[in-house]
Amino acid sequence: MRKTVFMAAIIVLAGLFCGLFEEIHPFGIPASTAMDDYFIVHAPEDRSSHNVVTSMVFDYRGFDTIGEASVLFTALSSIAALFRNKDARGEGDGGRRG
Amino acid sequence: MRPMSVVVTKVCDIFAWFMVVFGALIINNGHNTPGGGFQGGAVVATFLSFLLAAYGSRRVFAWVRENIFGFMACFGPLSFFVFGCLGFPHSFFFNSIAVPEGGQPISDWLPYAGTISLMDLSVGCGVVGALSMIILLMYKSIHMVETGEGMGGERGHDRFER
Repeated sequence: MRKTVFMAAIIVLAGLFCGLFEEIHPFGIPASTAMDDYFIVHAPEDRSSHNVVTSMVFDYRGFDTIGEASVLFTALSSIAALFRNKDARGEGDGGRRG
Repeated sequence: MRPMSVVVTKVCDIFAWFMVVFGALIINNGHNTPGGGFQGGAVVATFLSFLLAAYGSRRVFAWVRENIFGFMACFGPLSFFVFGCLGFPHSFFFNSIAVPEGGQPISDWLPYAGTISLMDLSVGCGVVGALSMIILLMYKSIHMVETGEGMGGERGHDRFER
């Protein structure tokens, strides 16, 4: 019974994906270019950066970048918590028991 | 890890510094050329792993200090946030210290790209510090697992020996 339900769900999901792929517009031909054109034309002037990608990453989408920096800092904190010397942080018992 | 052969250490002596210069160039010119703080920071952090591979852990740990990398990892995101806050009169993350028309510096000592190049430097600083610290900590953990030093008597997953 579970196998039948699982197979039916897979078939339904595959059908949905096929339907979605049919709806996707062709690659390289965006549906609307108004926003792209605005950024390409105005970003160097508005943000004083010749590199439009940098003005996107650090200015228009600065929140996203600060999130990325936070992810890196979180990864560092996790690795420090996991791998730091246990004797140095006072958790080790020096091999003593009892 | 023991140091590698003389050939490797000599190649490291000559070429490793170019990696630092190249990474600094990517960070510094992020507002003009492809790349930026993340990419340049990753290149600079590779320098430390190159040193570790060539010279071995004992010499490299005598040269570097973890605290500096920890400070850089904290200072980078914080200064990034502060530079983002400078744009509060307009909106958050607005290049407020650059001239809106662009091209003309507002001051001789400020970069003409305004907060964008300062943010580039901040992110580069944070990435260099965080990645270097991660490399050092994970490298130290290999030594801890091999010798059992600094593990507080812990061996493997079993905390208490039976």
